[in-house]
Amino acid sequence: MTEAKAAPVGERRMVTGDYAAAWGAMVSRPDVIAAYPITPQTMIIEHLAEFLAAGKLRAELMRVESEHSALSAVIAAEATGVRTYTATSSQGLSLMHEPLFVAPPMHLPIVMSVVNRTVAAPLGIWVEHNDTMPQRDTGWMQVYVEDAQEALDMILQAYRVSEHPEVQLPTMVCMDAFLVSHTIESVELPSPEAADAFLPRYRPVHAVLDPERPMVLGAASPPEYIQEVRWETDLRMRRAAEVLEEVDRAYGSAFGRSYGGAIETYRLEDAEVGLVTLGTVTSTARDVVDSMRARGEKIGLIKLRYFRPFPADRLRDVTEDLRAIGVYDRAVSFGVGGPTYIETRNALYDSHKVPILGFLAGLGGRDVTHGDVELMVRKVQAAGARGRRAGGVTWIGTRGVSP
Amino acid sequence: MTTVKELPEEDWFESGHTACPGCGGAMTVRIAMKVLGPDTVVYMPASCLLIFSDMYPFNAFKVPSLQVLFETSAICASGIKRALKQLGKDDVTVVAFAGDGGTADIGMQALSGAAERNEDILYICYDNEAYMNTGIQRSGTTPFGAWTTTTPLGPEAEGRGKLEYKKDVPRIMMAHDVPYVATASLGFPADLLKKLEKAKAKKGFRYLHVLSPCPIGWRTDSDKTVDLAKLAVETGIFTLLEYEDGVLRISREPRFSPVRDYLKAQGRFRHMTDEQVATLEAWVREKWERDRALAKALGPKPAAPG
Repeated sequence: MTEAKAAPVGERRMVTGDYAAAWGAMVSRPDVIAAYPITPQTMIIEHLAEFLAAGKLRAELMRVESEHSALSAVIAAEATGVRTYTATSSQGLSLMHEPLFVAPPMHLPIVMSVVNRTVAAPLGIWVEHNDTMPQRDTGWMQVYVEDAQEALDMILQAYRVSEHPEVQLPTMVCMDAFLVSHTIESVELPSPEAADAFLPRYRPVHAVLDPERPMVLGAASPPEYIQEVRWETDLRMRRAAEVLEEVDRAYGSAFGRSYGGAIETYRLEDAEVGLVTLGTVTSTARDVVDSMRARGEKIGLIKLRYFRPFPADRLRDVTEDLRAIGVYDRAVSFGVGGPTYIETRNALYDSHKVPILGFLAGLGGRDVTHGDVELMVRKVQAAGARGRRAGGVTWIGTRGVSP
Repeated sequence: MTTVKELPEEDWFESGHTACPGCGGAMTVRIAMKVLGPDTVVYMPASCLLIFSDMYPFNAFKVPSLQVLFETSAICASGIKRALKQLGKDDVTVVAFAGDGGTADIGMQALSGAAERNEDILYICYDNEAYMNTGIQRSGTTPFGAWTTTTPLGPEAEGRGKLEYKKDVPRIMMAHDVPYVATASLGFPADLLKKLEKAKAKKGFRYLHVLSPCPIGWRTDSDKTVDLAKLAVETGIFTLLEYEDGVLRISREPRFSPVRDYLKAQGRFRHMTDEQVATLEAWVREKWERDRALAKALGPKPAAPG
């Protein structure tokens, strides 16, 4: 995060990540919100209900009977021409899998906070990214945040990106369970006026359900038409990669905070090896980079923020001088490795002849310690010293398994 | 009240759709749209209706329509209505047309949720008593004894058609105490029109269950749709009732003509043994005992003396 200039655009308070997300949703002025409670997302919806009860929010809040219905309700509302919001986690997102596919081809720019949590079995309520990662092919944008402030800021940014006339794709703002959702941090809460200035009232550019101008949304289609729909959705996802960078800069001008767009780098200049992280592990990794740098070791950090659109070009650019790259994942594709590792290797295959190693740690919400991260870096350094292209996945911190 | 003769000539669900000849579902939707008129938004799930009315680039509705998923009729109609309210267009009617599979089975959770929240929508189930779009598989509302492609005939006990009774969805909806629940049949259009008009005029959650024969799935000729819809009522197989603001009325006392007359007119029942027919007849009697008891308990209260 870079602090560009301090503008008096909000009030600084100590709040949880869930409160920050609820605030971000409130000042985005959605017309329809639908949600179903699931730990650790519950407080987001509770706070929105409180804002509604206090008259701070003028929305239709639908307390629906399932996450499947929560997403279906906002799809229908968005198709009628209003701004919408929902939030979920884990099993809830799994239940939404079916409606997730509906929004992108229909140009519905819904924004949803997802509190990343373990998907059963075993049942667990702590952080893991195996809820959002399997949704990466649904056509939703995905941004992974590191703290409460970013969880809030990215909701406002997500509406701007999603509603851009050339994008019109929905976004998941992904935040780690408890480490973000329930941790109390100092957060600047933008005033509704400042939010309005950044995010104007919603004017849909997609087709809407209006008896004055009857249109069909969601018609069945024969093979003559569906492939073009897929192609056009792909095109918008590629365009989003540019738009999200512009929006992040605009956010910086408006609020004094920007995040580097799809990727934030940390102490990467002159680094010999780099570690790619996403989510809260980034904060730990920053500390590790600082202490290793203090000992004269040339390492740097790449915080991957957007997973969709996957910033392949930017990743290539920022890593081109590295001798070896490590990639951290909090989700696993069994028998292959973590999704971030797979995508990073794919993105760098043509341009990079260096080792790219995958690391799995912190699954099921296990702490990822400074020692764990340092071990990852050591392995990347060792592979870099050997100097030939290599891959492989290492499980870090698994009981009974030596990494 | 509009009579059949007074129905507008103009259609909001137009000809040219690709429904089979004699499709009860298409007739139900056409009549309903004549009553609901142009200030309406339609939701329909993946269903026969979607395929014969909204296959791109063709469209039979002259009003806006949405399709999202199979099991989301009640919730999507609710989402549309909430958005219209925010847009200051609260006077627009939002209607969901779903078949029995999309209503009684996969759509039940969303239907129950929307009813419990008293969402301001009209939900019309066109009940053709099986999954017809996918090729006549049994649903929760398929009657006892009926042949379907997933209750085929054979020498074993499993080979005697559907072994379970029809799910009573209107009774489930009544248990939600919504403003309006009614059943109707294409065989009694005046009753259907009256109920459509009432349902349109009311606020809150309204449920209309319309028996809509399917010649393909019922194994009948396409000119028998209305006759069968009438016979289903007159044999007592299908009860016409109306539950309005907490008061239940039976809309029509049937003649109780023999159940066999209804069964022998349809290929899907032709295999039934005497024992099976007797079982179904017993079910009809029990259903009527229950419906009458309910109507007595929930019927209009006598005026207070004096």
